[in-house]
Amino acid sequence: MPIEIPKDKWPGSIKAITIGATAAEGGTRTRTVTVGGQTTMPYLQYEAPTPHKSIIAIEIKSRKPEDWSALLAETWGAAMTDPAQWAQKAEEAGADLIVLTLTVEDSVEDAVRAVKSVLAATGLPIAVWGPGQAEKDNELLVPVSEATKGEKILLGICEDKNYRTIVATAMANGHLVQSRAPMDVNLSKQLNILISDMGMPKDRIIMDPTTGALGYGIEYGYSVMERLRLAALQGDVMTQFPMLVTPGFEAWKTKEAKVGEGVPEAWGDWKNRSINWETLTAIALVESGADIIVLRHPETVKRIKEAIEELMVAA
Amino acid sequence: MALSGIQIYKMLPQTNCKECGFPTCLAFAMKLAAKQVELGSCPYVSEASKKQLAESAAPPIRLITLKANGTEVKVGNEVVMFRHEKTFYNKPGLFLRVKASDPDLAKKVAQADAYKVNYVGMDFTLDGFAIEADGDLPAAVKAVRAVTKRPLMLIGSDATLLDSSLSLLAGESTLIYAADSSNYEALADTAKKHKAALVVKADSLDALADLTQKVQAKGVEDMVLDLGGKNLGEWLTRSTQALKLALKANFKPLGYPTIFFAAQNGLDKEAVYAAQAISKYAGFVVLDTFAPEMIYPLLVLRENIYTDPQKPIQVQPGIYEINSPKPDSPVLVTTNFSITYFSVATEVERTGLPAWLLVTDAEGMSVLTAWAAGKFDAERIAKAIKSFNVADKVSKKRIVLPGHVAVLSGEVEEELAGWEIRVGPREAVDLPAFMKQVLN
Repeated sequence: MPIEIPKDKWPGSIKAITIGATAAEGGTRTRTVTVGGQTTMPYLQYEAPTPHKSIIAIEIKSRKPEDWSALLAETWGAAMTDPAQWAQKAEEAGADLIVLTLTVEDSVEDAVRAVKSVLAATGLPIAVWGPGQAEKDNELLVPVSEATKGEKILLGICEDKNYRTIVATAMANGHLVQSRAPMDVNLSKQLNILISDMGMPKDRIIMDPTTGALGYGIEYGYSVMERLRLAALQGDVMTQFPMLVTPGFEAWKTKEAKVGEGVPEAWGDWKNRSINWETLTAIALVESGADIIVLRHPETVKRIKEAIEELMVAA
Repeated sequence: MALSGIQIYKMLPQTNCKECGFPTCLAFAMKLAAKQVELGSCPYVSEASKKQLAESAAPPIRLITLKANGTEVKVGNEVVMFRHEKTFYNKPGLFLRVKASDPDLAKKVAQADAYKVNYVGMDFTLDGFAIEADGDLPAAVKAVRAVTKRPLMLIGSDATLLDSSLSLLAGESTLIYAADSSNYEALADTAKKHKAALVVKADSLDALADLTQKVQAKGVEDMVLDLGGKNLGEWLTRSTQALKLALKANFKPLGYPTIFFAAQNGLDKEAVYAAQAISKYAGFVVLDTFAPEMIYPLLVLRENIYTDPQKPIQVQPGIYEINSPKPDSPVLVTTNFSITYFSVATEVERTGLPAWLLVTDAEGMSVLTAWAAGKFDAERIAKAIKSFNVADKVSKKRIVLPGHVAVLSGEVEEELAGWEIRVGPREAVDLPAFMKQVLN
């Protein structure tokens, strides 16, 4: 006897949001990327098809990071000293989006030059993040935003203590913003409200609920994302944004990924362990609702892309 | 699925005889729904109602226990689709598949059996072994049982061979893989005879539900489902559907834990497949590779997903040594909320600089939350310094407070005469720079 499969019919849905603009749309990108649009919990294709799959972003920096794992330095090689070259290698590695992180050492000229060189080197859409210190972020992101008007760049990071300047410049120059709150449903929602209240259109906000790496608090991020997605599907407008997560950043700062010597034998081979750490952090977040997955190692990119393709196959 | 008070009321005599000790049948029904009384208190309830109420009290996903001589693994008994709704209870059993034909069988099992890894003070291991009957199964069972005390799973379709192998495992609860529509009668008999649990396998949920009912009719209650998902998408769909049917529709024929073979599409996908199965409701996950660099992260993922979200894990308050501190190394202060502790400890470890990390008892709250709740103040910090004898360990009496509680520095100074109080960064991520630039 055929079983009747219970299906959830949700009143709400996630907004479909496009990053990047082609020449016809006022930018210079040869490709744009759209995320979101779901009407179900992650990849439950039997309830409704997933309109846009999760995408992979690769994180690069405006200058060579000295504190990255030797395994990453080995993989990216000399390209790490040149953001344009690095962006090209990231594109070859399968990125759908390039995340360029600026550093505190950058002057305004350095930052603008780095962003423009990346835009020239790849046709992919890009995200640009400040170094993570409020004053410096604003100092660098405003001129970057003005110099790239119309490109629909994802600008970050907006946090509760520093979002106004970034949102204002993104609004004025046709970019998007990334709204980051520290692993809390209500704080995420609150920041989205503050950003919307400034007049930012709702199709230009990506939310970053923050996460921990595997073993370092991933379960908090995992459940916050599930709760945000459920709230969105239940109709809570201020949670209906696609979610970006940074498993690459989180996983590669863990000891398991960073350290190859003097660790327990039960941790196994360093390189494979590191990649597994990033991969497992990422796949768990894909299962809990991540739309944009920012990674660092090309092997992880390959594995997560394959996993997403499999999830897109309707059973 | 639990019945509501009103649903239970409809099954009671509705005579308000008061013999149960409650003024009305409805009041009694409400107490029953809240599981505060036993149905036996009602002398007049019909047999039919009794049966129905007993069924509704059964867990929606049957608890399956595999036992060997001394160790056991329990799976099932889950009640929610999402961990935040309550918690996931029984961690999926991680089994390593080995082949009866493998000349190195005993060695491989012994090596994997000895595997143990520590995470946050807990030791994790594999849960058992699955022996594939591609050679002399009874001989393999003997060889494996000689080197491990963990529960076993036997993979084969020959009932006679399984029967003789299970005879070697008397007193244990073993899992048999797997019964399908062609062999279920023989395998169900074998399972029943040896009190083994039986995996039931079919290509669709419809066929599977049909088969579990047939197996149950043969007298086997302990079943595990092979949902047959052939890729990540199929597994997610079927696993979600089966659990939802059991939890939300009280559909008994699929109310069993599931089993998933992580290497079915190749070893390069094994880690990702296993990770999805762990996150998405599998009862047993079978691995083909014994690789610590994969098993360690999988064990950690399993622990993280199955941690009760209502009880944040705490670390033991105390003085922790990072990078072999010396008497002149700095003392960094933080709270015993697990994420806080791990964020701080990781950042300090990363610097390579020696430090003492003083973890205060803030009842498992983060720095800001604990401060706001009055669980992380000058008094508690001073108490921790004294009770963990920090003064005996250091020559340089200097402590670093988290930047978020800079306001406490005056009070801490008063509490701790002779100590230098420094204020560190607000976020753990800024500790390396602070330690290199400010503390040196």
